[in-house]
Amino acid sequence: MTADSTPSSPSPSPTSPPRIVTAHWGRPDSWTLESYLDHGGYTALRRAVGVHPEEVTAQVLTANLLGRGGAGFEAGRKWSMLRKAPTRYLVVNGDESEPATFKDHMLIETNPHQIVEGVVITAYAIQATQAFIYVRGEFALGIERMTQAVNEAYAHGAIGNDVFGSGFSLDVVVHSGAGAYICGDETGLLESLEGKRGFPRIKPPYFPAVMGLYNEPTIVNNVETMSNIPWILNNSGRSFADLGQGRSTGTRLFALSGHVKNPGNYEVEMVKTTFRDLIFDPQLGGGVRDDNAVKAFIPGGASSYWFGPDLLDTPLGQEEVGKLGSMLGSGSIVVMDDTTCMVRAAWRLVRFFARESCGQCTPCREGAGWLEKILRRIEVGSGREEDLDLLLDVCDNIAPGLTWPPKQTTICPLGPSIPSPVNSAIRMFKDEFLVHIKEGACPYA
Amino acid sequence: MPKPPPPETVTITIDGRQVPALKGEMIIAAAERAGVYIPRFCYHPRMKPVGMCRMCLVELEGPRGPALTPACFVAVADGQKMSTTSPGVKKAQDGVLEFLLVNHPLDCPVCDKGGECPLQDQTLAYGPGETRMVEEKRHWEKPINLSELVLLDRERCIQCARCTRFAADVAGDAQIDFQSRGDKVEVATFPNRPFTSYFSGNTVQICPVGALTAAPYRFRARPWDIEQVESTCTSCSVGCRVAVQSSSNMLTRYLGLDSEPVNHSWLCDKGRFDFEAVNSVERIAHPLVRKNGELVEASWGEALDAAAKGLGEAQDLHGAGSVAVLGGARLANEDAYAWAKLAKGVLGTDNVDCQLGDGLPAEAVLGLPRATIDDACYADAVILLGPDLKEELPILYLRLREAVVDHGLKVVELTPRLTGFTPYATVTLPHLAGESGAVMSALVGDAAPADMVGGVPAEYVVRAREVLAGADDIVVVLGRQSLADGADHIVAAAAAIHEADGAVRFLPALRRANVMGALDMGLAPGLLPGSVTLEDGGEWYTAAWGSVPAERGLDAVGICREAASGKVQALVLLGADPLADLPDRELARRALAGAGFVVAVDSFLTASVEQADVVLPAAMYSERPGTTTNLEGRVTRLGQKIVPPGVAWPDWMIAVELAVALGADLGVETIEELFDEIVLLAPSHAGLTRAVLDARDHRDGLVVPRAPEMPGSSPPASGDTGETALQDETAGVRPLDPMSTPGVAAAEAHAVPVTAVAMDERVADRAGADEAGEAGEGGSSTPVEWVAPAVRRPAVLSGLRAPATHPPKPDGYSLRLVSARMLYDGGTLVAHSPHLAGLASSASLRVHPTELARLGLSSGASVRVICARTTTTMVVEVDRCVPTGAAFLPWNGAGATAVAGDLIDAASPVTDIRLETLS
Repeated sequence: MTADSTPSSPSPSPTSPPRIVTAHWGRPDSWTLESYLDHGGYTALRRAVGVHPEEVTAQVLTANLLGRGGAGFEAGRKWSMLRKAPTRYLVVNGDESEPATFKDHMLIETNPHQIVEGVVITAYAIQATQAFIYVRGEFALGIERMTQAVNEAYAHGAIGNDVFGSGFSLDVVVHSGAGAYICGDETGLLESLEGKRGFPRIKPPYFPAVMGLYNEPTIVNNVETMSNIPWILNNSGRSFADLGQGRSTGTRLFALSGHVKNPGNYEVEMVKTTFRDLIFDPQLGGGVRDDNAVKAFIPGGASSYWFGPDLLDTPLGQEEVGKLGSMLGSGSIVVMDDTTCMVRAAWRLVRFFARESCGQCTPCREGAGWLEKILRRIEVGSGREEDLDLLLDVCDNIAPGLTWPPKQTTICPLGPSIPSPVNSAIRMFKDEFLVHIKEGACPYA
Repeated sequence: MPKPPPPETVTITIDGRQVPALKGEMIIAAAERAGVYIPRFCYHPRMKPVGMCRMCLVELEGPRGPALTPACFVAVADGQKMSTTSPGVKKAQDGVLEFLLVNHPLDCPVCDKGGECPLQDQTLAYGPGETRMVEEKRHWEKPINLSELVLLDRERCIQCARCTRFAADVAGDAQIDFQSRGDKVEVATFPNRPFTSYFSGNTVQICPVGALTAAPYRFRARPWDIEQVESTCTSCSVGCRVAVQSSSNMLTRYLGLDSEPVNHSWLCDKGRFDFEAVNSVERIAHPLVRKNGELVEASWGEALDAAAKGLGEAQDLHGAGSVAVLGGARLANEDAYAWAKLAKGVLGTDNVDCQLGDGLPAEAVLGLPRATIDDACYADAVILLGPDLKEELPILYLRLREAVVDHGLKVVELTPRLTGFTPYATVTLPHLAGESGAVMSALVGDAAPADMVGGVPAEYVVRAREVLAGADDIVVVLGRQSLADGADHIVAAAAAIHEADGAVRFLPALRRANVMGALDMGLAPGLLPGSVTLEDGGEWYTAAWGSVPAERGLDAVGICREAASGKVQALVLLGADPLADLPDRELARRALAGAGFVVAVDSFLTASVEQADVVLPAAMYSERPGTTTNLEGRVTRLGQKIVPPGVAWPDWMIAVELAVALGADLGVETIEELFDEIVLLAPSHAGLTRAVLDARDHRDGLVVPRAPEMPGSSPPASGDTGETALQDETAGVRPLDPMSTPGVAAAEAHAVPVTAVAMDERVADRAGADEAGEAGEGGSSTPVEWVAPAVRRPAVLSGLRAPATHPPKPDGYSLRLVSARMLYDGGTLVAHSPHLAGLASSASLRVHPTELARLGLSSGASVRVICARTTTTMVVEVDRCVPTGAAFLPWNGAGATAVAGDLIDAASPVTDIRLETLS
């Protein structure tokens, strides 16, 4: 982590970790083929199609590239699990919809060709001849730029029949989502892509790699995962694995928001950077607004358990955060300063889940709505002391035991995500709840 | 696809008890068979699991310890261990039920479902005692109409997706789906597209709460006031098993029962709701006799005497052949037998036809190797040569559709217009009406087909041949495609494929409820009960009945011609309405006018009945016991739930009493005696004693004639004996799922009890003591085998003669008319069912847009219709399912001034019409 990690700064110093997914950010017309080619675009693809597909997979396995969508499953391992079948699909998940998560949004708008190049390399590695890039419907500009990039790539010979004369052929379709958070779940996304309502699928089959799109074996990867692929091919999986530490290799793009002076996307080396670095470094978050104290922060998206200021020095690594009872998840970090009402914060997050529950599973559909109503009641001053136990018991009925990682009684992980903010807020700020209840009003209002 | 072999058995441990399970089945099903009921809402044994309600969570031991797992979509595996009662499971069940009630209105006191509600029952059994929810519940407008028949109360909905899955996956009518997210998820129709599925009532039956209610039942009864009996639906010949429910001697509801070989628990909306006609105040409740030109109420004695006098006079003055009986396909088997005995044994006439020229000759139905519905579904290929199954035999449509969609059944369809099944057919051959014989000959022939065969391009024929090429086991679904052309070309087509391949089996697709039973019982010219000809069975029945007609009589069209010309003097209409149903209305009119004396046995004053001299009121289904025979030949029990209106009698009783009035004696006094006599005399029913039929294992009925007695009717490849086929069919008693058929547990209590057979000694004497002994043994409730006693009986009819057909080629100006029934038409039952009557299809003439463009007209315009018979005016409508050169007119459409019957001449093999613009 150095000062050079700011997204708009021109180039990193020789000693600093490289910028991988944000390398082209800040350049004029960075989203065009011309700009991408000027800065070495599509060289990785030429390199990839010149070697055996398994060699490509081997590089990604060596890189130990963890999926950047939230679950953090190794990309190379996922590819190796793909069932052998004549028809296989690659689907790229660009349905980024969680509150405070906006990294894929920027990757799509700023450097769609990097994603496309990653897609073609991945498709080559898994020998899929059809790929879909599913972009969140609200990303109007992103869809426009992604579509343009795909069209340019076709014209350039990077997609289509006989990619760069290699004999490998691929079609890529950009698909616009229709506005549901749940389609970010990989099986919900596949249903949506098939033209159906975005209902996550029941498991088994456990992995789309076995039975996915149109019941064929399918790899679903996140946008940021794809953006890393060209660099790995150009610089070797070993170089990527040399960055970071332990299981968390490479750099990662974090979306920092909330009560910080400089909210934004920051690419930093994993593990070697801590939450404190990210939030307080003048080149990064620049500290808390009005230099207030950090009351709590969300370490990895709306589904993750909150951390208090005592955990600010936790390294940004998957296992490092995991063993403290939360997750790095989607890489979105929200800082809450000491002026924040924690009841309100929990309520707002639960309201999001309640509205976005697809409605399939009873505990999620009804539980989220009920939790939202109880939290709102407490926030507006009509809470009862027994509501705290009730909240926790309702959470327990959605994800039994309230353990980390949560036990799942629903089809997809949205259900078990709902208790996180409720349980975090009550565990860390029970007094604040009691003040709401006793005073019959929100002390922060 | 051949029927899969039974799956292997594995062993699983449920709550510490080792139980066997079938490999591949879901835990919930295995547990249920082992007597462990796992609560559920979204799971339905006839639909794919979705795992949505989360009610069926069990604690399954896995590598990382016990984990809550939905039992509805996790398949059993050998050695699995699970708990259905652990504290974790109990807490989850409590939690799910509490969640389900968070937004459920608890308006049980005013909810139709109250008292038979799985949500109520399971909350009581597994749920928390009280709610912790103090917030306001979700509110929605109550209720909204999804269609004329189905209403939706969204507040009560628990989002189990049973209805949406049924509509999309089972019915193929994806007209309802979820919309919105979270706890605002609601079932909805698409904008301006109501839920018009013919199967919509099933969604009401399988709704686990009171969210979906049926307009005909809403607020009419409470479950605890309802009594029910098992029966068979008689709206068409598929013979779906139903629970007939009533309250205060009014029918309130039909529910589908899960019959594995027949209806899989589904019903069509007509079958489900046309019981309203039984309750109709327009039923004939008293005998009527014509006095001074008016039909006036009379006593039974007076009416029977008048009927006997009219029939006797005709018989005495003009001979037995001057009496004719039309109809009988609406009757139960016992009725049909009694009427056959009366007509052929007492009145001595063979001018008897249960069909009205709208079916197929009896020989083509009884004389060909037969197939069951399952045979068709598991065949290598099916040829559809008959009506639009979706319109006429809806549940057969569902079964075959499922076979196509889920098992890849190949289907070749021969049809004069595109049907409801066309989207599922592998190849459809849309041919010129009246040319099916030529098309079938080309299909089964070896020579290269001509460029055009009966209007079908050669390449279609070649593609269809390819579909059939690899098929060893072929089933033909055989019925009338259209009533505007004669049956000859269909018979010719059937004969062509039968001759080409004797192993091909046929599933009759005749529509009327008990047409198969009526044919079996001899209500057809040239036949005697048990599918035997006059020739073969004359001696046998003369010994039993005293006498039988010497010569073959006339069919319905022949009878009408002779009546019109005065040779048939007395006509009995046995639930027949020739004015509505004979495909030649002019002929029907002349027949009724020409017959000197008409007796009508009916339940409604139809146009034909109004012209009768004596009207005898008949009981309808659900008002009398008996047996019926479906299109497969499956004999099942009818249940009586209510008593008929006024003094109406069951038809068999009318026959018995009319015989007495005629000075004869049918020799039977009860319906049981009638059944016993059928079993004793009819070769096809030999050994099918009441004890056999009523055995627990035979609740789905038994197919007659038994396979070994039917040449070529055993499966061609395996060469199985009928014995094995029978065992397969009746293997195991299915557990009844109260979630799929509410209240069915109670229905079993009302099931017809197994009773010892009291064989009439007089009948026993006639046929030999060995049979009496056999029949007398049937008192036990253990499986009773169907054993045919070794008595030499006449042979069951086999073989088919192909008629020569030479339909004329159409001229360039004419359109060839196709006319067929729609599910909802202007027929008696629909017209008297208030909730169905409005759905009747219009009587407009449908043509391809090209034809309309040629006339320069737009949809909805009136045209002059000119044919050999008449000239009339009709409304014309665009329909892309009608090929160019053809026109389609729904049979008995509602609100018609002229109907198809007016255009059709029974003497002409086809009907060509010309359209002209009105000046």
